Amino acid sequence: MSNKKSIVDIPTVNKIARLSRLDIPENSKQSLANDLNNILGFVANLDEVDTSNVEPLASVTGHKLPLRSDIVTDGNIENLVLKNAPESSSGFFVVPKVID
Amino acid sequence: MSDLLKYDLLGASKAIKAKEISSVEITNAYIEAIENTSSLGAYLELVKDKALEMAKASDENISKGKFRPLEGLPIGIKDMFCTKDIKTTASSKILDNFYPTYESTVTQNLWNDGAVMLGKLSCDEFAMGSSNETAAKGNVINPWLKIKKMSPGGSSGGSAAAVAARSALAATGTDTGGSIRQPAAFCGITGLKPTYGRCSRWGIVAFSSSLDQAGPLTRTVSDAALMLNSMASYDKKDSTSANLAMPDLMSYLGNSIKGKKIGIPKEYTQDGISDDIVKFYQKSIDWLKEAGSEIVPVSLPHTKYALPVYYIIAPAEASSNLARYDGVRFGERKEASSLDKMYEITRGEGFGDEVKRRIMIGTYVLSSGYYDAYYLKAQKVRRLIKEDFENGFKKVDFILTPSTPTTAFELGKKQDPLTMYLNDIFTVPASLAGLPGISLPVGLDQSGLPIGIQLIANAFDEAGLISTAHVLEKSANFNFIADGAAK
Repeated sequence: MSNKKSIVDIPTVNKIARLSRLDIPENSKQSLANDLNNILGFVANLDEVDTSNVEPLASVTGHKLPLRSDIVTDGNIENLVLKNAPESSSGFFVVPKVID
Repeated sequence: MSDLLKYDLLGASKAIKAKEISSVEITNAYIEAIENTSSLGAYLELVKDKALEMAKASDENISKGKFRPLEGLPIGIKDMFCTKDIKTTASSKILDNFYPTYESTVTQNLWNDGAVMLGKLSCDEFAMGSSNETAAKGNVINPWLKIKKMSPGGSSGGSAAAVAARSALAATGTDTGGSIRQPAAFCGITGLKPTYGRCSRWGIVAFSSSLDQAGPLTRTVSDAALMLNSMASYDKKDSTSANLAMPDLMSYLGNSIKGKKIGIPKEYTQDGISDDIVKFYQKSIDWLKEAGSEIVPVSLPHTKYALPVYYIIAPAEASSNLARYDGVRFGERKEASSLDKMYEITRGEGFGDEVKRRIMIGTYVLSSGYYDAYYLKAQKVRRLIKEDFENGFKKVDFILTPSTPTTAFELGKKQDPLTMYLNDIFTVPASLAGLPGISLPVGLDQSGLPIGIQLIANAFDEAGLISTAHVLEKSANFNFIADGAAK
């Protein structure tokens, strides 16, 4: 499995930052790459563990997710939903122009 | 110290009920204590008028012969809990101007039971940290040593510091990998993380949803029982909430632990654990033995993989949860020419370094080509860690461990992220297994800093946890007060 892991370099930092939608200043990319490599190195000991017959654990209490009725529960609280928006207009969130 | 600050939560409750003191009197004493200890930086927001209004309402209730379980008791709230119309930032710049339009279930439960809100307490940014140093508004100072500035621990550092400094009668916290228990240990108080699912996560700022759990930080075990009685509830609004009634924890105080089996995991004695902590760990074992319990060695063989599993799963979930901070619906926005640039600059400037680091790690381990090698692998080892505990609890009723490998460290001394992560080595395993754990103070080290010991119980056995912790608390008889506590 370790062949699937690689060293985080600047292009990888750029790619991950892009996926994360994080603007990372040029001068902090190398130290971030170092931190990520250290952390990935730290978690690498998991490779020692044989997990070939182990199911992944997602729910810790074995709790079954309950279903609810498929009904609208929007609460008619448009003004409250928009209250913390940096910019809103006519009942909508406003974002920078996406289509020219 | 004002006589009013001497009451613990239970003591204050009895005094208010007996009309020896009023809620307004004790609330005023705490407001004054907050002002006198403001240099610690525990509070981000003080809501004096609201506190006094709630205290008056409690006093009126009492005069009408009504009395709720937390009637008139002034407490502090970690800034991870959404509080209606009261600024809630999760100690992050990105939420600097966020005023929730709703109340978290846990805090609503507390107000319904009569508690009085003093204000919002600092924490590590989005609860990511073990020293309270990642808070956007700066670190909190541990009230224990006046000569040196020590960390209160984290992420619930403001909550722990406030309870230790007598500027809150009790406080709420959240614990993802140790964020209640570790700061409680550093600040010489009691901190309880319930079983995953006991307290509703609704209205709590999400960090790692499969691990996050709310709990109390208090002066005593009895106080923790009193707080958790009110905080815990089944909540339809949290799909992982446990629909399982919790017994009245107050009725488990004073129970004997005769014949109970206490497990001592051999994997929790390691290099790097301070001598004073080893000494008090042994003392705690002896105290529980003297109280009639049986000490049983247990093995939790996957313990050493707990931190690596945690530092894959928690960042992975965080990277997904924190995607909501997009500068569109709430929080800060930085203007830019395009939508994508706006996201990137808003998030790049709004999040602090540790949060960005975790989002990056989380995104990496979830990204195409690495998902199986990291995330799925971590989820599998998480199962093995949980099974270790299941096997252990076939043999014993409780597991006893130190809460932390060292006592509080100096602020600014641990710059390397990995060294910081090691703080959670004893608290993370129970978090991954979803089990309840409590840290309580049992003594002081040579420099006069508190030492915490952790008890872990089987899932949903908070009642047993309270009984056993109460016995240990009596034996340890820890009655020191922090140097920097309100006078």
